[in-house]
Amino acid sequence: MNLKDTCAIVGIGETKFGTLPGISCSKIAIEATKKAIEDAGLQAKDIDGLLSPQPASEMFYGVRLGEKMGLKLKYTGSVDIGGATPVAMVQHAVMAINAGLCNTVVCVYAGSPKSGPKHASASCPQIVNNEDEFMYPFGQVAAMHGYAMACQRHMFEFRTTSKQLGAIAVACRKHASLTENAQRRDPITLTDYMNSKLYCDPFRLLDICQVTDGGAAVVVTNVERADVLRNKPVYISGMGNRHQGWGIGWAPSMTTTGAKDSSEMAYKMAGMKAKDVDIAEIYDCFTYTVLVTLEDYGFCEKGEGGPFVENGRIEIGGELPVNTSGGLLSQGHLEGMNHITEAVKQLRGVCGQRQVNGAEIAIVSGNGGILSTHSTLILRR
Amino acid sequence: MIEHKKSLIPDSDSKEFWDAAKRHELFLQKCCQCGRYHYPPSPVCPNCLSLELKWEQVKGDGSIYSFTVVRVPIGSEWAQEVPYILATIELDCGVKMVSTVIHCDAKDVKIGMNVRLVFSDRDSELSVPKFEPVR
Repeated sequence: MNLKDTCAIVGIGETKFGTLPGISCSKIAIEATKKAIEDAGLQAKDIDGLLSPQPASEMFYGVRLGEKMGLKLKYTGSVDIGGATPVAMVQHAVMAINAGLCNTVVCVYAGSPKSGPKHASASCPQIVNNEDEFMYPFGQVAAMHGYAMACQRHMFEFRTTSKQLGAIAVACRKHASLTENAQRRDPITLTDYMNSKLYCDPFRLLDICQVTDGGAAVVVTNVERADVLRNKPVYISGMGNRHQGWGIGWAPSMTTTGAKDSSEMAYKMAGMKAKDVDIAEIYDCFTYTVLVTLEDYGFCEKGEGGPFVENGRIEIGGELPVNTSGGLLSQGHLEGMNHITEAVKQLRGVCGQRQVNGAEIAIVSGNGGILSTHSTLILRR
Repeated sequence: MIEHKKSLIPDSDSKEFWDAAKRHELFLQKCCQCGRYHYPPSPVCPNCLSLELKWEQVKGDGSIYSFTVVRVPIGSEWAQEVPYILATIELDCGVKMVSTVIHCDAKDVKIGMNVRLVFSDRDSELSVPKFEPVR
């Protein structure tokens, strides 16, 4: 059973991204969901599926949220693969719809890591540290530590440079400067990057994403319904996954990730290759995540990610525009849900000054843990 | 911020490891079926799914597979430690583990550098296997 182009994204919703004091996480999720339903030209009664990430400390999240909005759900649940969750939620929606369990599914992410209660409930998928018996007491305390070791290994094996990592930060910031709903819009140069504070070698402040309050949601439905709705559908052409394992320290590789197998599966389903892709929305918790994913997605050879990202190639107007809204690095860490909404906007052609001309095919990556989980979507207009 | 002790609640799969560390010995699990070591401790061999495992002492010699120098502490507990070298160590017995490299200047650390095991007592309850350069 090939699920290629059986479903489409027909609605998207975003709250303001930034610091949102005094707004509960439930309210953020509901605002994003409501906007996505309205954008699709649908009503609450049309929604029979709801998916969300697994909040850090709340059970029954989907059904609680559905109850607040009066949804009559036939399908709900949470996906628990960190930053790969938004991409995977869309895949779960496609599967459930094709299985006949439901017709129209909202996938929603909401978080308030800046303003919300720390590790409290509040229906709040928190960005938590990678607490682990064999990491934490040993000094691997934050996600950046694991990614930094992986990046350092890439630099050792392939002579990747700090300036090449910087090119990714600069491209994302340039794109965020063209995006109204972005946390950091002040342009930066490579010199700014090199002068930013060193956190854990080789990562500087500007290698690290923006912790963000906010929510985003998409509506997925079958193509029969999609084709009669108000928006031009964005078809889901390819899906893939590969989950390497929890600990980067004992992973088989730090420089080839689950992105390789995941994208191969997605390309195969879509009947496409890397060269067919017009824009790439690549999970960018750190700059290195982008570099290694671009290699694993086949946009360049293994080890060539450094030279590939230089000289504006990944900027709008370049050969492969990457993270056209500024991504997690500059728009905001919405666990990657904003990569999906941005891809949809680009394929609809509504991005104004940051619109990539002729964007027809987008690839979106989701990545969780420390290169632990990986999910891929190929979307087309 | 999560403090490290909160995360250290050994269960029946990891107790041997931490008990050995307290004695300043590195014990790893070895599969009785395929003969391979694995890390971190687990109820099952990740190579062949055998549940028949034994604990064996290993010497703890190895080399640095990759590293980072942590310069900004995450959590108050690490404030006194920075800058510290956090590394993935490839042990001669074939497993990789993550720990800190001590007795080494951050300027001198390199991938491929040979290291050996050294224990560091955090308190009477917890000893952590760490590594130092082989001069």
